[in-house]
Formats: sequence, structure tokens, C-alpha cells
Amino acid sequence: MSDLAPTTLPPRPTAPSQPAAPRGATTFTLDRVSCWYGARHVLKEVSLTIPEQRITAIIGPSGCGKSTLVRCLNRINDLLPGFRLTGRVRFKGLDLYAPTVDPIEIRLRVGMVFQKPNPFPKTIYENVAYGPRLCGVRDRTRLDAVVEDSLRKAALWDEVRDLLTQSALALSGGQQQRLCIARALAVDPEVLLLDEPCSALDPIATAKIEELLIELKSQYTIVLVTHNMQQAARVSDDTGFLLLGELVEVGPTGRMFTNPADPRTEAYITGRFG
Amino acid sequence: MWLTAGQLQTMVLHRRWADRAFRAAALAALGLGLVTLAALLVDAAADGLGRVNWQFLTSFPSRHPAKAGILAALVGTAELMALTAALALPLGVGAAVYLEEYARRSWFSRLVEINIANLAGIPSIIYGLLGLELFVRTLGLGRSILAGALTMALLILPILIMASREALRAVPPSLREASFALGASRWQTVWYQVLPVALPGILTGAILSVSRAIGEAAPLITLGALTYIAFLPRSPLDEFTVLPIQVFNWVSRPQKGFLECAAGGIVVLLVVLLAMNATAVWLRGRTQRRMTL
Repeated sequence: MSDLAPTTLPPRPTAPSQPAAPRGATTFTLDRVSCWYGARHVLKEVSLTIPEQRITAIIGPSGCGKSTLVRCLNRINDLLPGFRLTGRVRFKGLDLYAPTVDPIEIRLRVGMVFQKPNPFPKTIYENVAYGPRLCGVRDRTRLDAVVEDSLRKAALWDEVRDLLTQSALALSGGQQQRLCIARALAVDPEVLLLDEPCSALDPIATAKIEELLIELKSQYTIVLVTHNMQQAARVSDDTGFLLLGELVEVGPTGRMFTNPADPRTEAYITGRFG
Repeated sequence: MWLTAGQLQTMVLHRRWADRAFRAAALAALGLGLVTLAALLVDAAADGLGRVNWQFLTSFPSRHPAKAGILAALVGTAELMALTAALALPLGVGAAVYLEEYARRSWFSRLVEINIANLAGIPSIIYGLLGLELFVRTLGLGRSILAGALTMALLILPILIMASREALRAVPPSLREASFALGASRWQTVWYQVLPVALPGILTGAILSVSRAIGEAAPLITLGALTYIAFLPRSPLDEFTVLPIQVFNWVSRPQKGFLECAAGGIVVLLVVLLAMNATAVWLRGRTQRRMTL
């Protein structure tokens, strides 16, 4: 793994920016992406590649734009009034923000888990079956299979196999978050975006989710937003550091944490701010 | 300290008295409301309870107070309310869903919002005049249940829309995000996630708005609803009467017997009204239980 070329920033916005491609396939390529919520400029000229079947962590202090960044990747930001994006986001070569692209299709291929567990106020089974049902799966045995498979992948099956018809809201916070992961996996996405998935959880639930992510990366590309640097160091292969809407530095996690190139990264990682 | 001990003591004493006075005033206001309501209920019950019996509930109006009954008005009220709800509910919920889930914040949606709030404050008799011109005359529906229900639906629509919007707004945005993130369309999100959660709140609003309409006589009198109906309406195009009109009619008769009938009618109307409000409270309780489970 150590021979993997570091993905580095293009030097300056003025240069023809084509981020250095990593070895292996690329899932997302961001090319000078800027975002606004109304007049607020949240992301500034971010260029970044996200490799396939690896865990890419996005770290940075609160309000630096990491959630915004990850929410651009499944176009869920489109729902917010006043959202505007310039630059180019490519998903496996497809221009995500081209007018011909249907955000619904993107969201089927790029799953997302949110900061606060947000299960539907329905049964555990219905939570997981919702996505497949929207895609028109009616057959009960097939639905059963998808539900079981997704819950197994999310390491929740053994805990809830006898509770499938109970309300999802009766689960603990950590279980709810794994249910949300299972729910996202049930539509068979290619990517899993996680926006600070453990910030509302205790350390044990957090450890479970981290283990799970490492297992899942053999099948999915994972983008993990976290304000917890230890978490990024524990689970991710690559790490990007965002500060005030700018991507300061990105590279293999090991190098980022031991030998950061930018003094700001070093300052953040050693706890001098944030 | 910039107060002497004596000044401080006076001030505290003063405050304590002000506190007590305010408490007494608030209690008096509450008491006045409750006593008035209780007096009304007791008075109506004392006059009318004796008159409410099976014969009263199953008879048509009559020239003889002792033979008169409330059947036509009771059935008319039930049918009118059912039809009103059937007309107003889809329209009101649809408008609320559009305003809350689809419409972008613009000067237009602001204008619509302000107008809906204003419409809720318009006297009901104005709706009666509108119904008379539009439904009874222009559309030629006559003095029918349908014309009455359409008018009543217009009357309660603003209240219903506002209550439904409130219920939709109470649905946490994270639920919508969860649904969208799974590739749901806006319609699927509204239909499968938002509406089920908002439904009990919407139903509560619907029942409260219908129970406002149930006591309205003015717009229906304007429409020309009859006071003497000796048959049960068979179709929505039949003529009809309702409880408040029947009560109004009996009250204006000189014979003492009819006053008893009126009191009996009021008791029946109150029972129907309380039953509907109780349903609303029960529904709300059910929502809260389901949401916190």
C-alpha cells in the first residue's frame, strides 16, 4: 500500500488543474469545486480525487465545509435553497452536475449516512426495505433476502433478527446508526458517504462502526467526514484536510499524520487549533 | 449596595403584592370563562336534557312542540360535515403540501401565505354570500347539501391549510433527507415518509376545523337552507337543514315548548361537538406516543 502515489493539490487555481491520478481506479474527481449557500462561500476551489474501494477521510475544524463537500457527491445539497456550485465533479467519468444527470439516479448509486441517526419511524424491516421498495421490488422473499443481507453487512443482523417488526426508534443510538448504514446498503450503492457518523455515539458504538467500515471497503468506496482525527487515523487510507473551505492538503493517511507537508495541517493535527 | 435595608424590604413587599394581584387577576379571568361556560352548559342541560329522548332524535319537525324532533337536522349536519370534510381535506392537504414541500420561498408564496391567513379571519356570512352567488346561482346547484358543503369547505380551507402546514413543518427535516438520500423522489418522500408522520396532526386540524363549521348557521341561512324538512336528504342535490338552523328556528317561535326543543337541540349539538373534539385530542395523543416510541 505504501507505494501508492500521494494525491496532491494542484499548485494554484490559475494552473490548469488536473489532480494527480492515483494508481487504481478513481471514483470521484473534483476539479476546482466552489460552493455557496446564498452569499456564503463555503468551498473554495477544491480539487481532489477519491480512489475506489478505499476509505477517504475528510478532516477539519467545525464549519470548514467538510459536510458540504461530501454532500456535493450525491447532490443532496441541491435540496437546500440558495445552493450553488461551480467547477466540475466527476463520478466515474460522469459529470455529476450536467443538466442531463438525474440526481435520483446518483443517490441510488451513492449512498449516504448522516451525522445524527435518522431512522424512519417505522419497523426495522421497513427501514431497510424502503429503498428496494422504491426501486419497485415487491417480491416478499427477495425483500426478505435484501433486508437480511444488508443488516448482516452492517453487523446488525444478530442483534435485531428477532426484532424486525419492532420500531426502529426503540434501538440504541449506535444500533440506529448501523441500521442507517444497512438502509443505505440495501439499494446496492457503489459509494458510501458518511457525514460524521459517530459524533452522536459512545466509544463502543463508534468502535463497532469503524470496524464495519474497514470491512465494507472491500466492496464500496467510502468517504468519511469526521472531526475526530484519531478516527481518521484509525480507519482511513487517505485523508484530506479542509480549512475555511480550502483543501489544504490531501494524501495517504500515514503520511498526513506523521509528516504533513503544510504547516497548517501540522498545527491542526498536533492540536494547536480546532 | 445602593439601597438601604428599609428600601429593599419595601421593594420586596411591593413585588410580592404585585405578584399576588396578578395571580388573582389571571385566576379571575380563568374563572369568569369557566363559570360562563358552565352556566351555559347547565342552563342548556336543565332546559333541554328532559327533551332529549329517542322520540326527539328520530322525529321530523312538527307544528306541535311535543311531537317535534331533530332527525332531519341531525342527519343533515352529519351529511353536510362528511361532504365538507371530503371536499376540503384533499384540497387543504394538497395546498399545504405544495406550500411546505414544493414551493420555493418567493414573494409569491409569501403573498399566498398572507392571503390564507386573512381568509381565515373573514366573517362566515361573506362565504355564504359567495356560495349563494357561485354555487347556488351560477353553478345552479340550488339550495342543496352540495352547495352547502362547497361553501363550508371554502370556509374551513384556510384553517385546514394552516393546521396542515403546521403539521408538515413539525416533521423533522432529517427524515426527508434520509428519504432523498435513498433515491426517493419528492413525491415518494412526501407520500411515504412525511405525510404518515404528519397525518395525525393534519387529522386533528381537520376535525377542529370541521367542528368550527358544525356550529355555523349564518352562511347556510344565506344560501337559503330550509328550516322545515320532513324528509331525509337522499342525494347531495337534495335540500337540507342543519342543527344550528333548526335551533335558531325553534328559538324564534313564541311557544314555550319550542324553547325546550331548542335547548334539546343545543344539547345534541354540544354532544356532537364534544365527541369530535375528543376524537381530535385522542388522535393527537396517539401521534405523540407513536413518535416517541
